[in-house]
Amino acid sequence: MTSDTTLTRRGFGLVLGGGLVAAALPAAALNTDQAKALIDKAVGDINAVINSGRSESAMLGQFEQIFAKYADVPTIARSALGVTAKSASAAQMSAFTKAFQVYISRKYGRRFREFIGGRIEVESARPLKSYFEVISTAYLKGESPFEVRWHVTDKGGRSQFFNIIIEGVNMLASERTEIGAMLDKRKGNLDALIADLQKS
Amino acid sequence: MRFPFLFTRHGVALALTTSAFLAGCGPAAQPSGVNDPLEPMNRGIHSVNKGLDSVLLRPGAKAYGFVPEPVRQGVNNVADTLDLPGDMANHLLQGRIGEATTNFLRFGVNVVFGLGGVMDVATAAGMPRDSTDFGETLHVWGIGEGPYVEMPGFGPSTARDAVGTVVDLVMNPVSRATSGDAATAATAAKLLARLNDRARYSNTFDSILYDSADSYAQARLLYLQSRRFELTRGGAASADGAAEDEGFIDPYEDQ
Repeated sequence: MTSDTTLTRRGFGLVLGGGLVAAALPAAALNTDQAKALIDKAVGDINAVINSGRSESAMLGQFEQIFAKYADVPTIARSALGVTAKSASAAQMSAFTKAFQVYISRKYGRRFREFIGGRIEVESARPLKSYFEVISTAYLKGESPFEVRWHVTDKGGRSQFFNIIIEGVNMLASERTEIGAMLDKRKGNLDALIADLQKS
Repeated sequence: MRFPFLFTRHGVALALTTSAFLAGCGPAAQPSGVNDPLEPMNRGIHSVNKGLDSVLLRPGAKAYGFVPEPVRQGVNNVADTLDLPGDMANHLLQGRIGEATTNFLRFGVNVVFGLGGVMDVATAAGMPRDSTDFGETLHVWGIGEGPYVEMPGFGPSTARDAVGTVVDLVMNPVSRATSGDAATAATAAKLLARLNDRARYSNTFDSILYDSADSYAQARLLYLQSRRFELTRGGAASADGAAEDEGFIDPYEDQ
């Protein structure tokens, strides 16, 4: 490790250049450290739930609270609905978002329940396009560790995550496919979909 | 399952030569999105596979779940050890000398000190499994994934990876070196290992196959995403490349 290389003129230029690139990134409120801190907190809450030893329904309720607190649910719901969101009324969107929040937190809560006895550790964070990506590793009993990525932004008004990517498998993409298929099954009838999501 | 009419030794040799010709072009670019021109046929095979799962694999996995866990893990370790020579051959074809060496040592350690592969002492000794397949070799040689294919009995794949699966089956060093009872035992270990995986990830399997609105579309998406992720081999973790942006969805862009 020769520290003097950074002090050459070229090295100095590089450092300056790096500073300029950083300055060109979204200046506003959120930075890499804050994005990481947000996911640190969310992961802390998730770890507490999966090791709480509570019943399944209690855990699923807690996961819904975590989801509502840390995720931009209206944006995720809108994205899952795809083009149908454009023709939906405000009342339909609000009913769909509510039903979707329960559906999604149950679905992913069940997945996180499989992590019982394990833990997630936040490793690092970096800017990605005009957002931030926080990289974490899940350590499960009897399983090789795997990667969980979180995409974070404050575009929804406060710092929240809007996508989870588990070993390359993307929540937004999966849910767009799933909600799209559910709509197709109901011949595009959004009200029928909302009603069924509320029942499930 | 074998397809002798499609993959005679001659045919494989031909495919190998063609691929070797393409080598040196570097790994294929990682596509995004879904390329599925054979969807009607694939959907037909999917419903057959789903039927096979519900009558054979799923109940079989449930029953196998009653076998004590250490025994099942032992069988999985044997199946894993039997895969190592094939993995090694593919690593060499990919030019991954380090991985091939690790698998060579892993094989030796587990056979000698792990009761012939029943115990996985190599992982504890810092030589974790690094599995690969001929589909990945083709990828490293620059061959793109081609259209999505659902294979009867094997499930989701792509044209390239389906060829890889068949080549791995036909060319597997272990099955070529064994015959009679040994070969049957090797096949049995692999089938049981599959049952064990089905049991272990039953929640995930069940939610995709039986709880989703379109199990075909979900399985296809899940396979393509995780396969592409696997083939980047952590390359997506680097801060420089375009690869990691492939899966990026911006839900704020069109509001």
